[in-house]
Amino acid sequence: MSTKTNKSTADRLFEVDYYRVALYGTLVVMLAFFLAPIETGIVTSFKTQTAVAETLPFLPAGGEGFTLSKWNTAIDVLSRGLLNSLAFAVPATLLSGLLGSITAYGLTLVNWRGQVAVLTLFVAGIFIPYQAVLVPLSKFWGVYVQLGKSLGFFWATTGISKDYAALIELTVTHVAYGLPMCTILFRSYYKSMSTEMMEAARLDGATLRKIYQRIVFPLSKPMFAVVFIYQFTQIWNDLLFALILVSSSSSPAAPIVLILSGLGSSMEGTDFALRMAGAFTAAIPTLIVYILFGDKFAKGVAS
Amino acid sequence: MFDSFRTVTRQLVGGEDHRTSADSDDEIRTDGGVAESRRRTGSSGGVLKAVRDRFGEDFLESTPFWLPTFLLMSLFVYGSIGWNFLISLTDFEGFAQEPDYSNLDFEMYVQAVTSEAVQTAVVNTFALLVAFTVVCLAFGMVLAILVDRGIRFENTFRTIYLLPMSLSFVVTAQFWLWMYNPTNGIVNMFFGVFGLGPYDFIGNPNLVLAAVIFALVWQFSGYTMVVYLASLRAIPTEHYEAAQVDGASTVKMYWRVIVPQLKNATISASVVLMVFALKAFDFLYSLVGNFRPPNGSDILATKMVREAFQNQNWAYGSAIAVLLFALALAIIGPYLFHQYKHDNL
Repeated sequence: MSTKTNKSTADRLFEVDYYRVALYGTLVVMLAFFLAPIETGIVTSFKTQTAVAETLPFLPAGGEGFTLSKWNTAIDVLSRGLLNSLAFAVPATLLSGLLGSITAYGLTLVNWRGQVAVLTLFVAGIFIPYQAVLVPLSKFWGVYVQLGKSLGFFWATTGISKDYAALIELTVTHVAYGLPMCTILFRSYYKSMSTEMMEAARLDGATLRKIYQRIVFPLSKPMFAVVFIYQFTQIWNDLLFALILVSSSSSPAAPIVLILSGLGSSMEGTDFALRMAGAFTAAIPTLIVYILFGDKFAKGVAS
Repeated sequence: MFDSFRTVTRQLVGGEDHRTSADSDDEIRTDGGVAESRRRTGSSGGVLKAVRDRFGEDFLESTPFWLPTFLLMSLFVYGSIGWNFLISLTDFEGFAQEPDYSNLDFEMYVQAVTSEAVQTAVVNTFALLVAFTVVCLAFGMVLAILVDRGIRFENTFRTIYLLPMSLSFVVTAQFWLWMYNPTNGIVNMFFGVFGLGPYDFIGNPNLVLAAVIFALVWQFSGYTMVVYLASLRAIPTEHYEAAQVDGASTVKMYWRVIVPQLKNATISASVVLMVFALKAFDFLYSLVGNFRPPNGSDILATKMVREAFQNQNWAYGSAIAVLLFALALAIIGPYLFHQYKHDNL
C-alpha cells in the first residue's frame, strides 16, 4: 500500500519535472530569440571587416579579428548627434511630463461639466498617424515660424549657429505631440487617487493651484517616473520628426537617429560592424534607462 | 443644441459613480464654500455666472490648468490635420512657399486612388497591420501564459522579452539587416541547417514584407505579453481550480476558460499595436537610409513622406496622408467610441 503511494508520488514528481523542463526549455528558447539580434550585434561590432565575412555571426572574433576601431569611428561620428538628441529630448521630456500632469489634474481632479469631451480629443491625439500632420508641420516651422530668423538676435549675440533652431522646433513639436499620452497616463493615475483630502482642502478655501502644489504634485512622483521614462524613450527613438524638421544628417543639429540611419553604407557595400557599433551607441541611453527602470517602463506601456 | 450637449455631458459626468456628480457637489459645498462663491458671484458679471452654471463651479478656476496645453495640442494635432486636408485640395508642389487656396478640388484624391503605386501601398499597409497585429497578439499571449505558470526568475524573463521595445526602430532595423544578410546572417544560417536558402529577405520583393513583419513582431510581442500578463493576473484563481476540478486539460482550460476572459486586453492591445504598425515608417526608412523602402514593402506612410518630402508633391502627399488618416480613424474610431460610452477614458 505504502509503496504504491510512494510510487505514484514519484510518478507525479517525474511528470511535474518533465512538464517543468519543457516549460523552462521553451522560455529559454524564447530568450535566445529575443536576444539573438542583440547578441550578434554586439559581437559583430568588435570585428574587423575580414572577420565579419569569415567568422560565424554569433561568435566573437579573437586575436586578429578583434578591433575597437568601429566603436571609435561610431562614437566619433555620432557624438555630435548624441549631444543634439540630449539637448532636445531632455527638455521635451520634462516639459511634456509636467504639462501633462497639470492638464490631467485640471481634467480629472477638478469637477466640471464637459471635461470628457476635451479628454476625448486628447485621447484621439494619441492615435493620430503623424503623416497626417507632416506637411503643415514642416511648412509651419519652415515658412511661417522661422526660428532661425525670428530669433536672429539670439543667434547673433550668442554666436550659436542658426541651424540649432531645429532643436527648439523639435522640443516644441515633441511636447505638443507627447501631451496627449502624458495627459492620459496621469489621468489614469489620478482617477484612482482618493479625493477626500482635496475636497477637505477645498472646503478650507484652498485654491486649485495650492491643492496641486501641496497635495497632487507630491503624490504624483511615482507616475512622473513612469511618464518621464516612457516619454524619453519615445522622443529619443523617434526618427520621423527629426527627418522632417532637420532634413539632413550633415546638419550640425542632426539628432543621433538621423545620423545613424545613413551610417556605414557606401558604394563598396555595407559596413555591418560599423553599423552595429553605431546602433549600440544610439541605443545606450535608452538601454541604460530600461535596465535601471525596466519595471516602470513596463508599467508605462501596459497602461 | 446646447441643451442636448448639456444633457450628454451631464450624463457623462454624473454617470461616474465613484466621483461626486456636479449637482451634489454644489450641495456639499454650500457649507464652507458659500462665502467665497458669493464673493465671486458678486464681483463677476452675468456671463461668468452663466458659464459657471453651465460647466460647474470650478470650471473657470480650472481653465489655466488645461486650456493652454489643450490649445497647444489642438493647434498641432487638429489644426494640422485640418490644414493638411486643405492643402490636399490644392495643387501645391515644388519650391513654392505657399499653396494657392483659390482653386480647390479633389483632383489629388482621384490621382491617388487611381495610382497603382498607392493601391499597392494600401494592400501592403493592410497586410502589415493585420499580420503584425494578429501574430503579435498570438505570440504575446503564449509568452504571457508561459510566464504566468509560476516560474522562477520571472522578472528576468519578462525584462528580456520586453527589452527590444525600448530600442529605436532605427537601431532594430540595423540589427535585422544584419540578421537577414544573405551571406552571413543568422536567419539564413538557421534555414541552412534544414538545407534551405540562402534567401535575400530584404532584396526579394516577395519576402521583404514578411521579413519586416517578423522583425516588428520581435520588437513588440513583449508589449502584448505585458498587457496579457496584467490581464491574466486579474483572473481569480478559482477559475483555474474549477476548470481543473472538472477535469479539463491545461490546454482546454486555457482555450475555454482563460482566453475568453482576455477579450478586453486583446482589444486595447490591438489598437496600440496598430499605432505601432503605422509608425513602421522609421523601420523601413532605416533599412535603406532612403525615402524609397525596399521593393515590395512600400506602405502608405513611406509613400506619403516620399511624395511630399522627396518629390515635393506637397498636395499629393497630403492627400495620401488623409487616406492614411481615414484608415487609422476607421480602426481607432469605434474603439474610442466604445471607451467613451463605457466611461473608460
